[in-house]
Amino acid sequence: MSDVAERVKKIVVEHLGVEADKVVDKANFIDDLGADSLDTVELVMAFEEEFGVEIPDDAAETILTVGDAVKFLEKAKAA
Amino acid sequence: MFDLNGKTALVTGASGGIGAAIARALHAAGATVALSGTRKEALEALAGELNGRTHILPCNLSQKDETEKLVPAAEAAMGGLDILVNNAGITRDMLFMRLKDEDWDAVINVNLTSAFRLSRAALRGMMKKRFGRIIQITSVVGVTGNPGQGNYAAAKAGMIGMSKSLAAEVASRGVTVNCVAPGFIESPMTDALTEGQKEAILRMVPTGRLGTGADVAAACVYLASAEAAYVTGQTLHVNGGMAMI
Repeated sequence: MSDVAERVKKIVVEHLGVEADKVVDKANFIDDLGADSLDTVELVMAFEEEFGVEIPDDAAETILTVGDAVKFLEKAKAA
Repeated sequence: MFDLNGKTALVTGASGGIGAAIARALHAAGATVALSGTRKEALEALAGELNGRTHILPCNLSQKDETEKLVPAAEAAMGGLDILVNNAGITRDMLFMRLKDEDWDAVINVNLTSAFRLSRAALRGMMKKRFGRIIQITSVVGVTGNPGQGNYAAAKAGMIGMSKSLAAEVASRGVTVNCVAPGFIESPMTDALTEGQKEAILRMVPTGRLGTGADVAAACVYLASAEAAYVTGQTLHVNGGMAMI
C-alpha cells in the first residue's frame, strides 16, 4: 500500500470510527462506511490538511470512494 | 454557571453600544475576546477598559476580502475561535416606495452577507473541535416587521432562517447556532428620539423601560455557555415583552 493510501485510510478510520479492514479502495464513504454528507465535507477538510492541498468543490464531488480519494491525492501530490 | 474561562470569542460591531456590552459580558465571564469594528479608537478604549484578554481586529464588513480575513485573524490571535457573535449592523431606513437599490444592498450586505461569511469561516475550526457557539444579533423587527425598515427587517429575518438551517447542519458536531433579537435598546439611536417618541415606544413595552446593552449581553453569555448545549436554532427575544413570539 502506498504512503498516500495508508494516510488516507488512517484518516477515514479515525474520522468515521469504522474498522480498518472495511476501508478498502472500493468502499463508498456514504453507502459502505456510513458517512453522512457533513462527514464527507469533514473528510475532505482532513485530507486537505494532511496533504497540504486544496480540494475544490467540483473535485470533492467526484471523491466517492476511498480509492477515489487516494487517486486524487496521489495525483495532487505529484503535481 | 456560564463560565467562559479558556474560551475565545469574536464580537463584530464591538465599537457600538450593544456590541461593547456583549464583549464586556463575555469577558467578565472569563472569555478572551477579539473586538472587531470600524472605529479603531472605540475598540482601543474598550480594550483599555477591559485590561487584558482582548485583541483588536478592525474590519469593514462591507468589504468581502476584509471580512474573509477576520476569522482567520481572530483564530491566529487567540489560538482558535469558540464563540462568534455577529452583532455588526447598519440601518438605511426609508419608506419602501423610496428605498433605493444601494440602500437595500448595503444593509443586506453588511447585516446578512457578512454574518454568512463569518459563520462559514468559523465553522471549520468549530467542527474540528466539536464545539462552537454562533450567535447572531438579529432584531424584533425581523419577526414583526417595521415601517421604514424593509431592508433592515429583511436582513434580520434572513439571519434567523440562515441560522436555523445552519443549526440543523452542525448540531451533531457540538456547534450551536442561535439568534438574539433585541427590542428597543438604549443607544445613541434611541437617545436621539424626542420625549414624545420615547413615551410612545414605552407604551408598547410592558416592562416599562428601554432595554440595555447588558440585557442583550446576558442572553449572549447564556447561549455561549456550556449549559446552553441543548439550545440551537432558536431566537431568544430580549424586548421587555413588547412582542411575545
